[in-house]
Amino acid sequence: MDLLLDAVVIGVLLGCFYAAVSIGLSVSFGLLDVPHVAHPAFLVLAAYLVFFINEHYGIDPLVAGLIITPLFFVFGLAAYRLYYETFERRGSDAGVRGIAFFFGVAFIIEVLIILQFGVDQRSVTAAYIGKSWRIGDMRIPYRMLVAFGVAMALTLLLTLYLSKTYMGRAIRAVAQDQEALRLMGANPIRVKQWAFGIATAVLGLAGALLIIVAPIDPTLDRAYIGRTFCVVVMAGLGSMSGTLVAAVILGVAESIVLTMFGASWAPAIAFAMLLGVLAVRPQGLFGRRS
Amino acid sequence: MKRKGILFWIGAAVFLAATFLMTQVVGNQYPFFAGYVILQFIVLAVAWSILGGYAGYVNFGTSAFFGVGVYTAVFLAKAFGAPLLVQIATAAAIGALMGFALGLLTLRMQGIFFSIATIALTIIIETVITNWRFVGGAAGIQIERPPTTPPFDNYVQMLFFVQALLVVLAVAISRYIQNSWIGRGLQALRDDELAAECTGVPTLRLKLMACVISGALMCAAGAPAAMYLQFANPASAFDLNYSVSALAMSLIGGTAHWSGPIIGAILLSATQQLLTVTISSEVNVLLLGVMLVLFVVGAPEGIIGLVRKIFHSRNEGKE
Amino acid sequence: MKRRTLLGGTIAVAAFGLVSSVEAQQPPIKIGMSMPQTGGLAGGGKPSLLGIEIWRDDVNAKGGILGRKVELVVYDDKSSAAETPAIYSKLIDVDKVDLLFAPYATVPTAPIMPMVKQRGLLLIGNFSFQVNSKVGHDMWFNNAPWGPPDSWAASFLDIGQKAGGKTMALLAADQEFAQNLAKTAREVATKRGMQVVFDQSYPPNTVEFSSIIRSLKAAKPDIVYVASYPPDSAGILRAVNEIGIGDNVKLFGGGMVGLQFGSVMENMGSLLNGVVNYNSWLPEKSMYFDGTKDFFDKYTKRAVEAKVDPLGYYLAPFGYASGQLVEQAIKAVGSLDQKAIAKYLRENTHKTIVGPIAFSADGERKETAVLQAQFRGVADKNMEQFRSSGKQVILFPENLKSGDLVTPFEAARK
Repeated sequence: MDLLLDAVVIGVLLGCFYAAVSIGLSVSFGLLDVPHVAHPAFLVLAAYLVFFINEHYGIDPLVAGLIITPLFFVFGLAAYRLYYETFERRGSDAGVRGIAFFFGVAFIIEVLIILQFGVDQRSVTAAYIGKSWRIGDMRIPYRMLVAFGVAMALTLLLTLYLSKTYMGRAIRAVAQDQEALRLMGANPIRVKQWAFGIATAVLGLAGALLIIVAPIDPTLDRAYIGRTFCVVVMAGLGSMSGTLVAAVILGVAESIVLTMFGASWAPAIAFAMLLGVLAVRPQGLFGRRS
Repeated sequence: MKRKGILFWIGAAVFLAATFLMTQVVGNQYPFFAGYVILQFIVLAVAWSILGGYAGYVNFGTSAFFGVGVYTAVFLAKAFGAPLLVQIATAAAIGALMGFALGLLTLRMQGIFFSIATIALTIIIETVITNWRFVGGAAGIQIERPPTTPPFDNYVQMLFFVQALLVVLAVAISRYIQNSWIGRGLQALRDDELAAECTGVPTLRLKLMACVISGALMCAAGAPAAMYLQFANPASAFDLNYSVSALAMSLIGGTAHWSGPIIGAILLSATQQLLTVTISSEVNVLLLGVMLVLFVVGAPEGIIGLVRKIFHSRNEGKE
Repeated sequence: MKRRTLLGGTIAVAAFGLVSSVEAQQPPIKIGMSMPQTGGLAGGGKPSLLGIEIWRDDVNAKGGILGRKVELVVYDDKSSAAETPAIYSKLIDVDKVDLLFAPYATVPTAPIMPMVKQRGLLLIGNFSFQVNSKVGHDMWFNNAPWGPPDSWAASFLDIGQKAGGKTMALLAADQEFAQNLAKTAREVATKRGMQVVFDQSYPPNTVEFSSIIRSLKAAKPDIVYVASYPPDSAGILRAVNEIGIGDNVKLFGGGMVGLQFGSVMENMGSLLNGVVNYNSWLPEKSMYFDGTKDFFDKYTKRAVEAKVDPLGYYLAPFGYASGQLVEQAIKAVGSLDQKAIAKYLRENTHKTIVGPIAFSADGERKETAVLQAQFRGVADKNMEQFRSSGKQVILFPENLKSGDLVTPFEAARK
C-alpha cells in the first residue's frame, strides 16, 4: 500500500515534468496545427544551452533557462516565418511535408549539437539535485518538486495569458477561425507567429527542467517525440490545463507499472492508453473540436 | 496506355534479368550487400506511398511493419527452420492483417491523429517483442542461415535477387493502383474524404485495400533482413530510421507518380551508402536532414514535380 | 574520418619522413573496421578509435610492421547493426584490407560474426559480449577483459557473499548487453543457492527511477546487482541517493555501464561513493605495465582536440592493445597470413599496455581481468581527481587488488 502511494506521488511529479516539456507543443501543435516534430529537438537544444551557461558561468540551471527564454522567443518567431513562407503562404496543405520539414530540422539540430558538444552525456549541478525531502517514510526528490513547480507556473501563466490578454484571446481565436479574426482587423499571421514564439520560449524553462531531472545526450529528442505528442493529443488539442491532467495521468500510469508490475511493460501501457483515447474520443480528453 | 504497359513489363523483365545475371557473374560481394539495402528501401518507400502518397494517410509505423517482418522470419527460422520464401509469404500475410487493423483505425482518425496512432502502435509492438523471450527478447538473437538454393551459390546474392523480385512486385502493384479505379478513388478521398464519400466512392474499402497492400509489402521487405543480418534485436528492427526514411524518400522523389518513391529511394539510400564509406561521420546524418528540408522547401512535389515543371515551362516556351 | 586518417598518415610520413626507398615502395598494411561515431554507442566508439590511432602513429614512428606502414580504414556504422554487413563487405571485397578489427560493442559486431567465419578471416573483437558463443569462430579474439561469461557476476557475488550477503536484487536495462549480464547473474545466484528477492528489467529511456528504487528497497536485499546503460546509470544513482536503499544493503553496483566514462563520473561526483562497479583499467599502481603511462600521456593531449572522454580509461588502452596484439603476432609469424596469426594469438601470451593477454579456445580471455572497484572519497565536479589512485579501489582480481571493501553500502557512501 505504501508502495502504491509512493508510486502515485512520484507519478504525479513525473507527470508534471511531462507537462512542462509538452506544453509548448500544446500551443504550437494544439492551437496552431503546426506538426512540430522538431519540438523535442528544440527542447534538447535548450537543455544544452542551459548546460553551457551552467558549466561556464556557474549560473543556476533555472535562471539559465530564464536567460535563454527571450532568445528562444526570437528563434520561434524566425522558425514560424520560415514555416509560413514555405507552406502556409502557398496555400497548400502542409500535412506530410510539414512533418518531413520538421524531421529534417530535428536531424540538423541533432548533428549541430554533436559537433558542438560531442556525444558524451551531460548534466548540471544545483543545490536541489540529488537531495530529497522526507515526509514520514516517504522521500521525494527535490528536483521533482522543481518540476512540479515549473509545470504549475507554466500552465497557470499560459492559461491566464490565453484567457486574459488581448493577444492571448487572439491566439485562441486564430485557432478557431482565422477568417473571423481577419475581419476583426487583426493579422492572423502575426498572431500565429507570436504564438509560435511563445511556444518556443517556454522551452527555455522546459529545457532547464529536462537537464535538471535527468542527464541528456544529443539523440534524446527521439525518445520524447512519442511522449510529448502522446500528452498533447491525449489532452485534446490546445487545452493547457488538459495538458497538465493528461501528463499526470501518463506519469502516474508509468510509475505504477514500473513499481507494481513488470517495469519493461511501461512504454506499452502509456501508448495503449493513447490509442484507447484516440479510438474512443478522437478529440482528446479536453478537446476543443467535436 | 497499352504501349506504356508493355514497356513497363519489358523494363521489369530486363531489370530482373540484369540482377539475376549480376548474381551469376559478379564475384565481388560488396555490390550485393550495398544493393540489397537500396532495394529494400525501394520496396519500403513504394509501399509507404501507396497509403501515404495516394491516400494521404501518413504512416509513421513503417518500422513497426518492418520489425514485424524481421521477427516473423526470426520466429519461423527458429521454430521450424522455415525456408526464406515461407518466411516472406508469412510475413506478408501478417503484414496484411496488421494493415487491415490499421485500416480500421482510419475509421476514427484522420490527418496527424492517424500518424500519432501509428507511432503508438510501433512502440506497443516493439515492447511486446522486447518481452518475448523466445525470439531473444531485448538481448537480441543470432540466427543461422539455412543453406542456399541453386542456382545461387551465395546467400547474399540470393537475398539480393529475392529483394529485386519484391521491388518488381511492389512497383507493379503500385503502378496498377495508380492507373486503375483504385488510384482515382484514393486520390478523391485524399483531396476531400467527405466529398468522395458523398459522391459514392467506397472510401472505407479503398482505405482498407491501401492499408492491407502497403502493410503486406512492408512486412515482406522486412523478412529477408533477418537472414541478411543473421542477427535481430528490437532496437535495430524497430529503428525509427525506417519510418523517417520511407517518408523522406517518397517525398523527395514525389508521390504524384509511382516512379517517385523509386527515384527518391535510389537517390537517398545510394547517397547514404556512398557517404558511409567515404566521408563517414556526422555529415552522414546531416545529409538526411538537409535533403529533407531542401526538397520540402525547394521542390514541394519532389523530383517528379520538378521534372514536370521543367517540361511544362519548356513546352510553354515553344508555343 | 577517412580524411583524418589520410591527414594523420601524411603528417606521420612528413614527421618521420626520409623513409628508405625500399620501404617506401612497400604498400601499407591496411587494417579495416567500422566504429560507432554517431548514435548511442559513439561515446565509447570515439575514445576506442583514438586508442587505435595512437597505436598506429606509434608503430609507424618505429617504422611500421615488417617494414610496412600501418593504415587504418575506418567507417562510421552509426551504432547500428543494419550498417555493418555492407561496411565489412566493402572493407573485405573493395578496400581489400589486410586485417579486420570489430566495431565497439556487441550489437554492431553480431551481424559480421557469421560473415568472417564463413570467409575464414581473423577478427579482433572490441568489447562485445559473448558474440562468438553461438557462432564458434576459431579466428576471433576479443580484446575485452571479460573472460568466461559467468566470471563477471561470480566475482561480484563473491565479494558480496564474503561481506555476509545472502539475498540478491537484480535491476537490469531491457537492452542486449545488460540482459546478458543479468542472465549470467541469475545463473550464478541459482548455482550458489542465493535467493533473488527482486528481479526487474526497466525499459530504455526511463526518465525517473524513484519508483523502481523504492520497490527495490522494499525487497530488502543484501546485494544489489545493477546492469545499466549510461543515461540510466546516472538516474539510478541519483534515485538511490534521494530515496535511500536501506541499511541491509552490503554491496551495490556490478554492471553499470557509464560509470567508466569521464564526463559521467565528473557529473555524478560524490554520488559514486561506495558503489562497487566493474571496470577494465584504473590508475592504480598495479595497473601500470610497459608503455601504459606513455599511452595516457599521449591520449590526454589528443582527447582534448578530438572532443572525446578526457580520461579514456575504459576503452582507449584496449584499442591500443588490439594493435599490439596483431603487431606482435605479425612480427612473430613474419607475414600477414591470417591462419598463422590466429594460431600465434591462440597459443601465446601477449604483452600489452593493459597487462598480459592470453586467449582460450572461444577467443575470449583465458582468465577474467574484469576489475571490481569501489568508489571512495569522490568529490563533486572534479575530473582531475579520477587521475589519482585511491578514488577507485580495486577489490578483484586478487593479483591487482589495491584495497578492501567498505561495507555496508550506506556507510561506504559517507
